[in-house]
Amino acid sequence: MAEELLRLEHVCKFYNQGTPSEVEVLHDINLALNKGEFLALIGPSGSGKSTMLNIIGLLDRPTSGALIIKGQDTSDLNDTAVTGLRAHTIGFVFQDHHLISAFTALENVEMPMLVERGFRGADITAHAQELMKKVGLEAVQNNMAANMSGGQQQRVAIARALAMNPSLVLADEPTGNLDTKSADSVFELMREVNHELGTSFLIVTHNLDLARRCDRVIEVVDGRLVR
Amino acid sequence: MKSWLPFTWIAATRFLREGRMQTMFIISGIAIGVGVIVFMSALLTGLQANWIKRVLTSQPQIQLIPPDQIARPLRLGESVVELSTVQRPSQRVVSIDQWQKIRDRMLAMPEVTGVSPTMAGSALAVRGAASRSISISGVDPATYFKIVRVPDYIVAGVARLTNQDIIVGTQLAVDLGAVVGDKLNLRAATGVSVVLTITGIIDLGSKGANERVAYVALRTAQSLMGVVGGVTTIDITIRDIYAAETLAQQIQASNYVQADSWIATNAQFFTAVQAQNTSNTMIRVFVALSVAFGIAAVLVVSVIQRSRDIGILRAMGSSRRQVLLVFLIQGGLLGFVGALVGAGVGTVGIIYLHATLHEADGSELFPIILERSMYISTILLATLTGVLAAAAPALRAASLDPVEAIRG
Repeated sequence: MAEELLRLEHVCKFYNQGTPSEVEVLHDINLALNKGEFLALIGPSGSGKSTMLNIIGLLDRPTSGALIIKGQDTSDLNDTAVTGLRAHTIGFVFQDHHLISAFTALENVEMPMLVERGFRGADITAHAQELMKKVGLEAVQNNMAANMSGGQQQRVAIARALAMNPSLVLADEPTGNLDTKSADSVFELMREVNHELGTSFLIVTHNLDLARRCDRVIEVVDGRLVR
Repeated sequence: MKSWLPFTWIAATRFLREGRMQTMFIISGIAIGVGVIVFMSALLTGLQANWIKRVLTSQPQIQLIPPDQIARPLRLGESVVELSTVQRPSQRVVSIDQWQKIRDRMLAMPEVTGVSPTMAGSALAVRGAASRSISISGVDPATYFKIVRVPDYIVAGVARLTNQDIIVGTQLAVDLGAVVGDKLNLRAATGVSVVLTITGIIDLGSKGANERVAYVALRTAQSLMGVVGGVTTIDITIRDIYAAETLAQQIQASNYVQADSWIATNAQFFTAVQAQNTSNTMIRVFVALSVAFGIAAVLVVSVIQRSRDIGILRAMGSSRRQVLLVFLIQGGLLGFVGALVGAGVGTVGIIYLHATLHEADGSELFPIILERSMYISTILLATLTGVLAAAAPALRAASLDPVEAIRG
């Protein structure tokens, strides 16, 4: 039986709770994600996909319910502990890649390791170069992030997400802004990483073709899991 | 990226470099502000030093003179006054009572650096058909020349004062048609007359002074004025020239003398120096404030522009403290670099002004005084101002919610 990586238990999320404009974004979500699993999260816009991703990514906290990562309940962790757990367990890939434009592609990949250690080191650079090679961008690794194509930037973002050897990569519409060819190539890269490194992926997507190529598809509608 | 630099420094410098237009503008603003501070400080220090040198090397900082002679009406008894009108008596040339004791007491004071007894009075200088009324200062050259740098003002001859010597002002020498080596006949109101040799001619920088001033040996003056063994003035120099008035009051309170400080006798000059110091401080404060607001404004905009980057850094595990530091370092760096450039600009400005402006006689208007402490304090102040100005934007950046920040 596959080992469980994380679990959402009765997770609810309200915005503006207790005010007339109160909105329930997530309603009693129960979900388990196993190690090495490649999961697609689909649903219409505003259904709560991104909120769910933010909660799983420890960027946001549920109003009620619990998020258990590697058997540890995260509800009682303070800001520092959450930041540490997030840095070591979860990598992020955003729709707009969100590379930091003041740095080169390689430096962007080094960034999570640099943030954690505080200083740069040869091992950090070597690991980042290895990741750049894995995503096929070693030739342009010293280009400024802002001067790369959309597909290249998203590949750099994937390399950055893998920098801390996370157990899980959360990708919020990673192919949303790419043409079909680039989208396919980026998806294949993530699949390859998933097979090679055993990293779990949770991908929010509107692309049903890509969703079908995942191990499992979850659909959220109006804040509820429907499959 | 330099491997030895902490992440916070790398991020701070990269952010500044990426927004180079903004960075250049604010550094220019800081540089102008700091340049003004350096320029003003150097100019005022130079001018003040020059004025103080002129005023205080040609006069003592405290002068002790005998107390005013006053008339004391005879009293016949309780509440009965014999004379209803009391006229102020004319002030005779009298010696300071027990001046040797007072001199020794002054020398024993730690604040005092020099003491010189002098005998002042007036006389008539006669040479052939020409005669001029002059002010005689009888001095002990060994102590007096340390207080008033007479040798510095010599334009002809030497600063030698034996009992037969006299040093006169340039204009007096011209009026009497005398040169170094000539004899002068001095006649005092007491009827005493002496013949002295001119050993030196001095230029005190003022026509009025040059017409009247003459230095002779203390003994010569004492016999001319008929006050043998006495002195009319004790001249004093002190360590802290700005403490002159306080010290003068202390001396007057504990000795039977009248003590006049240079602050009291040059009240307008002292007020002018004080006003300059105050205005210089005000300029520094307001320039520092405008620099601080400039840095804060730029960093507030930078935080807004970089909120997404901040969110990403937070998502990647960066702590609030690291984000705070990134912006504090930016503020400090802006202040530091701006101050370095400004110090250079201010120095060039003051050197240029020094080279361009001269006195009517071609001598320098003011000396250039570039104190290392002024540079260090200005640069430290600007850096600290930068860090403080960055505090509000940095706190705002550190408190950003990653989700909100990434959403933009």
